[in-house]
Amino acid sequence: MTAAAAAFTPAAGGWRALARAYADSPLALAGLALLMVIVAAALAAPWIAPQDPYDLSQLDIMDSRLPPGSASADGSLHYLLGTDGQGRDMLSAILYGLRISVAVGFSATLLALALGMSLGLVAGYAGGRLDAFVMRAVDIQMSFPAILTAMILLALFGQGTDKIVIALVASQWAYYARTTRGAALVEGRREYIEAARLLGLSTPRILFRHLLPNCLPPLIVVAALQVAAAIALEATLSFLGLGLPVTEPSLGLLIANGFQYLYSGRYWMSVFPGVALLLAIVALNLVADRLREILNPRLQSQ
Amino acid sequence: MTLFLLRRLLQTAQVLFVMSLLVFVGVYAIGNPLDMLVDPQATAADTARVAAALGLDQPLWVQYWRFLGNALQGDLGTSFLHGTPALQLIVQRLPATLELAVSALLIAVLLGIPLGLWAGLRPDSFGGRTIMAGSILGFSLPTFWVGLMLIMVFSVHLGWLPSGGRGPTREFLGLEWSLLAPDGWRHLLLPALNLALFKLALMIRLTQSGTREALLQDYVRFARAKGLPPRRVVGVHVLKNIMIPVVTVAGLEFGTLIAFSVVTESIFAWPGIGKLLLDSIGQLDRPVVVAYLLLIVFIYTLISLVADLIYAALDPRVRLAGGQAA
Repeated sequence: MTAAAAAFTPAAGGWRALARAYADSPLALAGLALLMVIVAAALAAPWIAPQDPYDLSQLDIMDSRLPPGSASADGSLHYLLGTDGQGRDMLSAILYGLRISVAVGFSATLLALALGMSLGLVAGYAGGRLDAFVMRAVDIQMSFPAILTAMILLALFGQGTDKIVIALVASQWAYYARTTRGAALVEGRREYIEAARLLGLSTPRILFRHLLPNCLPPLIVVAALQVAAAIALEATLSFLGLGLPVTEPSLGLLIANGFQYLYSGRYWMSVFPGVALLLAIVALNLVADRLREILNPRLQSQ
Repeated sequence: MTLFLLRRLLQTAQVLFVMSLLVFVGVYAIGNPLDMLVDPQATAADTARVAAALGLDQPLWVQYWRFLGNALQGDLGTSFLHGTPALQLIVQRLPATLELAVSALLIAVLLGIPLGLWAGLRPDSFGGRTIMAGSILGFSLPTFWVGLMLIMVFSVHLGWLPSGGRGPTREFLGLEWSLLAPDGWRHLLLPALNLALFKLALMIRLTQSGTREALLQDYVRFARAKGLPPRRVVGVHVLKNIMIPVVTVAGLEFGTLIAFSVVTESIFAWPGIGKLLLDSIGQLDRPVVVAYLLLIVFIYTLISLVADLIYAALDPRVRLAGGQAA
């Protein structure tokens, strides 16, 4: 990750080159567009949703379990994607659920990135016992699948938005730590770091102003992939009833709630939130895949 | 080798000890099981008597010490709810999970290797591209989502296969097997397929990249130049050499299959240990939760220990670098 990746560091004005290389793939552009629509829809949910799905005064039990396209009993609303068991508009519920899923996925990824990156940077730069200790922890963490770590923590601490973010961070920080440490080991031996040290710059300044920017390219790829993994994992845990509480229904919980109706053919209550989840994951994967193609020197030389 | 073995065993024991402490303290920090076990109208004296009978009135470290001592003798506590030993509950459910996991692994290997081989031999053909695109989906789609779709299509819509439960089993070698019962395998098929999906994608990608690399090697080019028929080149020279990583990964991933079976068992109401775990978490049945988590960590650590020892036996470089974290 040195020569080719260096062309894309911000110092070299590489962001524009990165954008240009990214735009070469129409599929990746479509993925990016889809991702932007999804994030925009999630952010704007309170303003674009036909109803507030969690304001009980807006729900009418007479409207429960209506198939997609039905009109409400009082004729004021069209349920484009049908309603759930409580007469809630599925489209609104999905938009609000998407908001929670995206928020949890991104915040967990950012926190895990910050934690793993700092640990990896310090470990790679300092070396010695600290390095051995951090990497031992990384090895142990990575020998367990993410879902097992998250399940253990949620079984221990119970449900909650903060708890699921903690569980996601705990199961993902090791990827960033390992990636950063690898990059820091290589970059740390270069002349500019030595020069910075000779100039008498403080260690934090060397780490975060000089070393970090040059370790970023591989981290961007890992982070892009991990957002999708975090959203999928959160949905799985919420589906199992281990994740978010009923008061904050993410897509996973919506799918779980609609699951019981699947057997009677009322597919819309779980399939539509499922499609929303699928679109979000596929869009993120398309973007991440393209970034990896651009930023991975091994693939580039082929 | 002896030093490496000792060091590795010590490390395994450390991991198990830390995990047992974490799991124990954490599990005992949530909720108060007395609230659930004792009738709310019971007197304080009655509640205290139940707490004393279950050992819940002791300080936490005493409870842990007792728990650790018992655990080393194979006693992981008694289920609050069922009144039977937690380990026994789990062991009773284990065959169902193992059958599911083994079936899933078989599906992944038996479908994944031929598909990966095909995609590796013709990387630019339509079929090859489709297989690889499909494997990306297999990686990124959440297991529970795929399970839902399988139920919707094959059970609800087409009505071909049952949507859940284990169905009839037949006894063989003292264990109950779904595969041997005439209707049992129909119950097994969807959950096994669901659980297999992620590993199937992994097998396809491993085999595909292995095949592509092997095709460039001198021994394959020589075999071709010698005029060996393509079937023999692929079947013997390519396949034999990519089997090493494939078999390794298949073995290492078995623990993941057991961990992931929690999801599949919950969707298909499969009566294995994963479903037991979820039920026990919901009912605050701590001994079962502790026993499950410890058992799965134990299985996991054991698999990676065995894998490391085999590597060390095969490759002296691992032994020499063994002590340092790399």
